[in-house]
Amino acid sequence: MAAEASSGASRPAAAGESGGRRDGLWLLVIWIVLSIIGCLLVALVWGPHMPPGAQSNTAASQQRDITVLATIATPVIIGVLLYFGWALTFWRQKPGDDTDAAPVHGNTKIQATWIAGTSAIVLALAVYGTVELIAPAGAGAGQGPQPAFNRGIPAAASVTSWAPGTNNVLQVQVIGQQWAWTYRYPQFGGFETTDLVIPVGVPVRFNITSLDVIHSFWAYQLGVKADANPGVNNVAYTTPEHTGQFVVRCAELCGIWHGAMYNYGNVVSVSDFMTWAQSTETQLAAVTKLLPPYALTYDPTTLTNLGKVNQQLGLTGAGGGYYNPADPEQP
Amino acid sequence: MSLPARVATLVIAFLAVVAGGVYVALHYIGSQPPVEDYTSYASNGQVNVTLMTAAQTTVTDKPDWVTYFIQNPGTKQFVHTTYFKVPANTKVNVTIEGYDGCTPLRNPTWGQVTGTEGGVENVQFFNGKTLSASQPISVLNSWGSCSVQHTFAIPGLGLNVPIASVTTLNENNNLCGTSPCVANTSDQANAPHTVVTFSFTTPKAGGTFRWQCFVPCGLGYVDGNGGPMATPGYMMGQMEVQA
Repeated sequence: MAAEASSGASRPAAAGESGGRRDGLWLLVIWIVLSIIGCLLVALVWGPHMPPGAQSNTAASQQRDITVLATIATPVIIGVLLYFGWALTFWRQKPGDDTDAAPVHGNTKIQATWIAGTSAIVLALAVYGTVELIAPAGAGAGQGPQPAFNRGIPAAASVTSWAPGTNNVLQVQVIGQQWAWTYRYPQFGGFETTDLVIPVGVPVRFNITSLDVIHSFWAYQLGVKADANPGVNNVAYTTPEHTGQFVVRCAELCGIWHGAMYNYGNVVSVSDFMTWAQSTETQLAAVTKLLPPYALTYDPTTLTNLGKVNQQLGLTGAGGGYYNPADPEQP
Repeated sequence: MSLPARVATLVIAFLAVVAGGVYVALHYIGSQPPVEDYTSYASNGQVNVTLMTAAQTTVTDKPDWVTYFIQNPGTKQFVHTTYFKVPANTKVNVTIEGYDGCTPLRNPTWGQVTGTEGGVENVQFFNGKTLSASQPISVLNSWGSCSVQHTFAIPGLGLNVPIASVTTLNENNNLCGTSPCVANTSDQANAPHTVVTFSFTTPKAGGTFRWQCFVPCGLGYVDGNGGPMATPGYMMGQMEVQA
């Protein structure tokens, strides 16, 4: 093995015919210089513009993570491309030279360095990723009905009332249906609206569910993305840090109008939010009375409170179930 | 079989398969319902658009599918389509003749009228003999009563109108049996139905806005949202706004 390493170390001279150790030195120097420049550019210039922005703590966390990953990847990418370009430029076959290339042998030092280096990077990223998942309360991802990561999130002390500055998380229920999003505010009388408005600087708990098929709630600039499953409550947290508009899309193919299933949300000041929530609660009071009592999931396939004529018509719910075997036709 | 004959047979067979594929693509996948163009019928910043709902589609090979029709502004004939074109920055006065029965909304929140002038729809009921006086309605309770047949919703404009239905068991059991229901026979002329009117203003900029029904009226399909609910020309369509 040692002989192979020794032999391998001297091989580039034969292959490149331009001085093996000198090539290696040049490559190392150029790689270090380019890597320093590249890392600085990625971290300081490109990083602040990385998606999804910094409108919330979860978005900022994701932006930081992507920047860290890109910065770590930069020397690797530069090294591969530099070696590739160097080989193409200086070690290419000369015209008329039909001899075979020098046989390649292993190089224990290089192999060990490579394995150790990449292992260290991957293990460090695993630790970093885990920490980043914990730090901003799940990093904006759906955590299921019982979220494990809720660091910095106030307790869900009351589901029927909320006031700024209290130790009670603001709850917004996200309801997916073919093909629109609606949002229910249980702490403001349980009204439901197509407008998503949340206050800046306040932790928000999204309770995400669906009335029909699987959707995926993706509030892009907030860095929140969680599946909306029928019959399941999927919890995601975020804390908006800047006011402004953000885009909400469905990220799960859910039918013919999936591509049109988007709208816009707004992060506003706390006082503007309170004004909006209270006026909307009043404005929608009539239809709010018709909504089912607030719950984490709903099953519209079986309704027990249908009116007399509806029952006489043989109706027992609002539409069929998902792959209901009783349905005569299936896709 | 000689070599040229075998080659010719192979080529013909290949072309036949390609032609079949192109036919399927164009006929079934690429086809689009006709567009009823109301742009030249606007005057004084307003245009009148008339639609009809029906409990079946007897003019197609899907007779058990519920559907919308749109009246051609020139011929006044109801055409089986859900695509129409209106001018930008124009008040659209919509009339929907509702000939279908009631179905509960999957989400009762769509029982709220939004995006219309005054936040209401005006509803008249025809019981087979007389048309009632128009009454403004802002919310319909589709679970507690037999009151909603479909919705006309353009999410991109914040427009949602639950289309009121006839309310009694007898009326729901005696709906118009053909479509469009255009009073060619006494049965059709006397068929119970509603007349819903409302107005909204198109945006100043042009664009294409999809509209849909939020009642799960695709009977027999997954969640009631397949079939006519997911097929252009039945319970979903597009409104093209021409700038």
